[in-house]
Amino acid sequence: MPETKESSPAEVERERWEQETLDPALEKHPERKKSFQTVSLEEVGRLYTPADVSDLDFNRDISFPGEFPYTRGIHPTGYRGKLWTMRQFAGFSTPEETNTRFKYLLEQGQTGLSVAYDLPTLMGYDADSPLSEGEVGKCGVAVSSLADMEVLFDGIPLEQVTVSQTINAPASVLLAMYLVVAEKQGARWEKISGTLQNDILKEYIAQKEWIYPIKPAMKLVVDTFEFCTERVPRYNPISVSGYHIREAGATAAQELAFTLRDGIEYVAWGVEAGLDVDRFVPRISFFFNAHNDFFEEIAKYRAARRIWAREMKNRFGSSYERTLQMRFHTQTAGVSLTVQQPLNNIVRVAIQALAGVLGGTQSLHTDAYDEALALPTDRAALIALRTQQIIAEETGVVNTVDPLGGSYYLEALTEKMEQTALEYFRKIDAMGGMVAAIEKGFPQREIQDSAYHYQKAVERGEQVIVGVNKYAMTDEPSEVPILVIDESVREHQVERLEQTRTRRDAGAVANALEKLKTAAHKNENTMPATIEAVSVYATLGEICSALRDVYGIYEEPAF
Amino acid sequence: MSNRKIRVLVAKPGLDGHDRGAKVIARALRDAGMEVIYTGLRQTPEMIAAAALQEDVDAVGVSILSGAHNTLCPRIVQLLREKGMNDCLVLVGGIVPQEDLPKLKEQGVAEVFLPGTSTEDIVKFLQANVKPRE
Repeated sequence: MPETKESSPAEVERERWEQETLDPALEKHPERKKSFQTVSLEEVGRLYTPADVSDLDFNRDISFPGEFPYTRGIHPTGYRGKLWTMRQFAGFSTPEETNTRFKYLLEQGQTGLSVAYDLPTLMGYDADSPLSEGEVGKCGVAVSSLADMEVLFDGIPLEQVTVSQTINAPASVLLAMYLVVAEKQGARWEKISGTLQNDILKEYIAQKEWIYPIKPAMKLVVDTFEFCTERVPRYNPISVSGYHIREAGATAAQELAFTLRDGIEYVAWGVEAGLDVDRFVPRISFFFNAHNDFFEEIAKYRAARRIWAREMKNRFGSSYERTLQMRFHTQTAGVSLTVQQPLNNIVRVAIQALAGVLGGTQSLHTDAYDEALALPTDRAALIALRTQQIIAEETGVVNTVDPLGGSYYLEALTEKMEQTALEYFRKIDAMGGMVAAIEKGFPQREIQDSAYHYQKAVERGEQVIVGVNKYAMTDEPSEVPILVIDESVREHQVERLEQTRTRRDAGAVANALEKLKTAAHKNENTMPATIEAVSVYATLGEICSALRDVYGIYEEPAF
Repeated sequence: MSNRKIRVLVAKPGLDGHDRGAKVIARALRDAGMEVIYTGLRQTPEMIAAAALQEDVDAVGVSILSGAHNTLCPRIVQLLREKGMNDCLVLVGGIVPQEDLPKLKEQGVAEVFLPGTSTEDIVKFLQANVKPRE
């Protein structure tokens, strides 16, 4: 029977409203502009009604919290049972200084730790490498060997506190150091919980802190999956990250699409290596950005859970709820913070954080207002934490599960997010998967284009940034103090490195590095050899250099 | 007067990989009719100066967000001058604290563009300040 397209009662009513009420009003008071767009430059409609969600089926698409497809959250009780983990990303200068900041944040009611490493550490260089000059301790804490890691976590019980580590290309080495420090404290590996970022795909796509070519780098990631599944079962060996993809200029829908397709790629590689989906996928966690456009962000998180559940079911045949449930961390958008009138950033961060909470995040980092200027001062870091505590304790948004579920606008936007992501999946699948798409430069180009279009929209005044292209002031009302990291940090770190090199057993180091190379050559799991190498105080630089000898280095194609 | 297009080397020194700004600037300068060469990531000051000389550029735009500007930028200026590129402008864009600005300029940086700068302002600056060639 041919389908006849008849207007639904909802559509008929909407047309009536337009004729009787809207049109006369528009004649008298035209709207402020022709087009209204999200921060991702997506058109937003004037009004959403039941007609916009008529294709959705409540049980199939929205459902109940704690039930497939988890649109409304993975916990049946939302935040009524447990609040999100307040996990402020911190790290600067020496391990001693960062250890003090960690203890301060824990005393202030923070519930988890998150380590920021400096650029030499992120790139696998020791503090005394010539390439590290000017960068030691600047963007995070400097860690070159186990000796630094011991100081970093001194007095912090790793069996109780969950620690997230932002480290990617050399992630397996930092994981090894972390496990050895935990063991020295007497913590049992099977009790340790925490997260390693370890998302190398988004490095090639967006943040670009890579070392080795893509395929061996993926192999190192799979090594950590395999090792943690067996030995550190409560630890998340990866945090598949859209955060950096968004910061590099992606739209919300691109962040969603590329991050989830990266997630699918990791699962496929794990399966290929012989891992059991329902043993390792439950420990894959995600990490999203929280940008300014409130509803677009909430829709993104809800769509993310729904897509993940459906993809794990359809692509990998899982029906295990912990495989299907996406857990994620959220961080407010660093890129949205302004140098101009920096105190305005407190307001931006609060609204972005609220979006993360209404989207059902498992943990949250709120940026400090001075982060467009430098790493945060104590005062700025404290206000950022307090912002989360105010949302949790004062606003009441935590009292009911998914309070915005059922909003015509939000549900329509959630659906549109999902459809856009699936369209990207089809393109990437046709290219042969995410590794192949990255080698072609596909996600990189999409993101660059979006970044450029956004910049142009800002310069035309279509996207307003308060204090920058509107309400700008020539005399700024407030100057904020900033944190300055000087070159003495490098001297301090180099000194400890020299002491470490003198004290350690040089024969044992050479032997361990040789073993690691052999494991890499033979395509064996590199984790045991990496743990042995860090235990005898082989440095991060030495270990990465040994792996570079085997794997080579990544050269970015021009595009 | 020659019709030579303004040639700019967009450079990303240091270990940082955040290249959104560098890529947006490169495209904006190209759209404004300039010839732009992008160095790629993680270039040492020596590599940047060598590329500037080889490409015979009028200006080097250094994108830096990591806080290593006080170490890297003056060295780029110094290396360019040693190579006899006395008119080559060095512009810096990125996260640079106010207190570092006078020192950088004293050390030969022509201008520092902070976050929130319009690409149009950078185009105008180059058009006004690049010395016309014979």
